[in-house]
Amino acid sequence: MNAVESLPTVEPVLRTHAVEKEYGRGEGLVRAVDSVDLEVPAGETLAVMGPSGCGKSTLLHLLGGLERPSGGAVWLAGRRIDQLSEKALARLRRRAIGFVFQAFHLLDELTALENVELPALMAGSSPRAARSRAEDLLQQVGLGDRARHLPSELSGGQRQRVAIARALSNEPLVILADEPTGNLDSAATLDVLRLLDSLRAAGQTLVIVTHDSRIAAAADRLISMRDGAFVEETRLTHGRSGPFVELAGLEG
Amino acid sequence: MQDPMSLSRKEPSRGYQLGVVQEVLLALLAEDASHGYQLRARLELALGPLSAALNSGQVYVTLNRLEKAGLVSSELVGQADRPDRKVYELTAAGRARVTEWLEDTSWPKPAPAEFHVKLVAAAAAGLADPVRLVDAQRHSLLDGLAAVQRAALAEPDGSVAALLLEGVVLRLQADLHWLEACARYWNDRKGGQA
Repeated sequence: MNAVESLPTVEPVLRTHAVEKEYGRGEGLVRAVDSVDLEVPAGETLAVMGPSGCGKSTLLHLLGGLERPSGGAVWLAGRRIDQLSEKALARLRRRAIGFVFQAFHLLDELTALENVELPALMAGSSPRAARSRAEDLLQQVGLGDRARHLPSELSGGQRQRVAIARALSNEPLVILADEPTGNLDSAATLDVLRLLDSLRAAGQTLVIVTHDSRIAAAADRLISMRDGAFVEETRLTHGRSGPFVELAGLEG
Repeated sequence: MQDPMSLSRKEPSRGYQLGVVQEVLLALLAEDASHGYQLRARLELALGPLSAALNSGQVYVTLNRLEKAGLVSSELVGQADRPDRKVYELTAAGRARVTEWLEDTSWPKPAPAEFHVKLVAAAAAGLADPVRLVDAQRHSLLDGLAAVQRAALAEPDGSVAALLLEGVVLRLQADLHWLEACARYWNDRKGGQA
């Protein structure tokens, strides 16, 4: 080991080693995730793309402790999570992970503000602290004036921004988003894109599973999955004018 | 990972050229006579962040060329504390050329054929897995999309250059949709023959 390698390294927020997930058995056995090694350092926005059924959502569930792997291991901030008890895992999910889903999963009978403060309350915050944090978060996602609205009174893009604010409630180590713009039209997609980009700029660690090329292109790193495995990985080069000058039709 | 199909491979020292620079300069002169610096500024406003890559001398070289071709005429105008500058005016022939350009409906060609035959040939010869070629190509286009999207997000509200960047984004998205169809086709034929 050389001098550089022996320096203490910062633990990645998420790490997997040879993680696998199988469903069914015998002839019907499907390996949804096939021996995946992954590290997500703090502050990175990672996008995972791939066709339907490639295993990307299953991978996200394994990362977030929503499902348990059939093999391999998953660490969150250096702590192995795949062997935790159900109870410990649920606690960890509430405190350390923010989930964003395609279908928003807001509670219909609660206002935007009540939805956003709920995770903090469940994690033991005082009602006053939870409310004040939720108000700040709704401001941050541009919905300060919609705090008392029910989800049914909000557009799809607004609901997803509420869901993102809720995911931020407990200052999670990582946000895991599964097709966050899957149900949105292109204008609402742009609003969510801007929001995710501002979170990225603020140093929030994000893992986004998506079909949407615009969302994927906002990431720092892009991984494509096929048949449960990683097949292509690219670090996206933001800010360089080179790649798009020719695409716009200027000639070199 | 390498950048196999990098779109930024070319870093020409002379900068990039706009293919229709002759026509656009003529059109900008249609309303009123103008000088090179002003024309360049209007072009740069239209192109926004892309103008940084533009060869800055191209406007002046082109104006000279247009004058030789009789499409513009010029007059030297004195300035109090600076050297004289050339003011250009559109000629009748130049005006006819502008009209022709505005009415021309030819469109920059999208070029799926080249990549398509690359996949067919790679599969037929067993040289490479077409699905892998598609994956690499998708990542290369997504890299371009990442750059243009970041530039688009940085444009102020109402910027005309943002409209140009949106055009690049939408074309890239169309190409990416097509590449998804390519991946599906070749993935379904894994192990078989095209």
